[in-house]
Amino acid sequence: MNELSHAFVVFISAIFTQNILLSYFLGLCPFIGVSREVKTSFGLGLAVIFVMTSTCLLNWLAYEYVIEPLGLHFFRFILFIIIIAAFVQFVEMVIERFSPSLYQRLGVFLPLITVNCAILGASLFMVIRDYSFIVTFGYGLGSGIGWFLAIIAMAGIRQRLAIDRIPKGLQGPGITLIIAGLMALAFIGFTGVLSGN
Amino acid sequence: MTAKTSRSKSIITEGLWYNNPVFKQVLGICSTLAVTNLVLNTLVMCVALIFTLSLSSFTVSVLREFTPRNIRMMIETLIIAFYVIIVDVLLKAFWPEMSGNLGPYVGLIITNCIVMGRCEAYGNSNPPAKAFIDGFFNALGYTFILLIIATFREILGMGTFLGFAVPYFSGPNWDKWIIMVMPPGAFFMLAIVTWIFRSIQAVKEDKAK
Repeated sequence: MNELSHAFVVFISAIFTQNILLSYFLGLCPFIGVSREVKTSFGLGLAVIFVMTSTCLLNWLAYEYVIEPLGLHFFRFILFIIIIAAFVQFVEMVIERFSPSLYQRLGVFLPLITVNCAILGASLFMVIRDYSFIVTFGYGLGSGIGWFLAIIAMAGIRQRLAIDRIPKGLQGPGITLIIAGLMALAFIGFTGVLSGN
Repeated sequence: MTAKTSRSKSIITEGLWYNNPVFKQVLGICSTLAVTNLVLNTLVMCVALIFTLSLSSFTVSVLREFTPRNIRMMIETLIIAFYVIIVDVLLKAFWPEMSGNLGPYVGLIITNCIVMGRCEAYGNSNPPAKAFIDGFFNALGYTFILLIIATFREILGMGTFLGFAVPYFSGPNWDKWIIMVMPPGAFFMLAIVTWIFRSIQAVKEDKAK
């Protein structure tokens, strides 16, 4: 199987069969905290797609050309997190400078993303699974879209739940987790869509 | 003296119960839900978390007067990363098998929001000894909830406990609940645990009134 088709398979499986949120539990905190409204979830989701794709690629370069040749494997956590934080900071400044309207919509979410475990998690998975540059691109983009889909779906459901009567102990995080469980069940249904992986 | 002991006692009960990281603050569940399908993995992960959380809270507190306000998040992240690297290196050296099982989740303690949350909320504004106690008991409160979840998941899903067969559940009369060791099982278990503990808390609060 050549690179491109491998990248495509990884891309699809990162969205559906191995959704970073529903099967690896990454990025759950903002998922539970921010998923009250579709509009804000949409903004956060878009920011995650963008940052995840870019940082995966940057971290791949850093791993291949800095960590690997120098043998600094134990140092990768620090390097990755610094790259992510610096990149997020940089994007924030660029957006603020060139598109104030976009900044108003996305700005508040950007600092949150630095501590989103899905971003760091995607980079660590990429290293463990030994992806090439193109496959990493597919993986980063796919994981971002997968996370985006999950949070949008959850926000849509929660907006409707707002008027329902829920047992007191289950309100908020409790019911969100149960819905997430049901969504995870639904996503398991995609298993087998890709037999090549 | 009595006032002092009662205060550190309240830090302990806050972390373990009233302000429990998992069912009350709902922080830091991301990276550790994935390892709760086996009790042993959970135990190792939680020990790593106790170590990281208490020591990084302590360090943040020690350095709090020298840290410029506007870059403190970065400094905190680096401190946490430092301790996580120690855990990772130790685990790789002495227990490579477990290191492989946990995969990226050890590294993900860095972005585990409970560590950052406690450093930011407590370590940043309190003396080192108290920060250490707060970190330690928050991590302990986190551990006991996760162990409950892991115990149920492993027994119901695989019929074992810490790898040993449990009499009834590993026998032919018990249909293993495969779903429990898969991702949805983790979500459901956490939701149920949150529900039960929050309800108990609510009843107690009503009585107190």
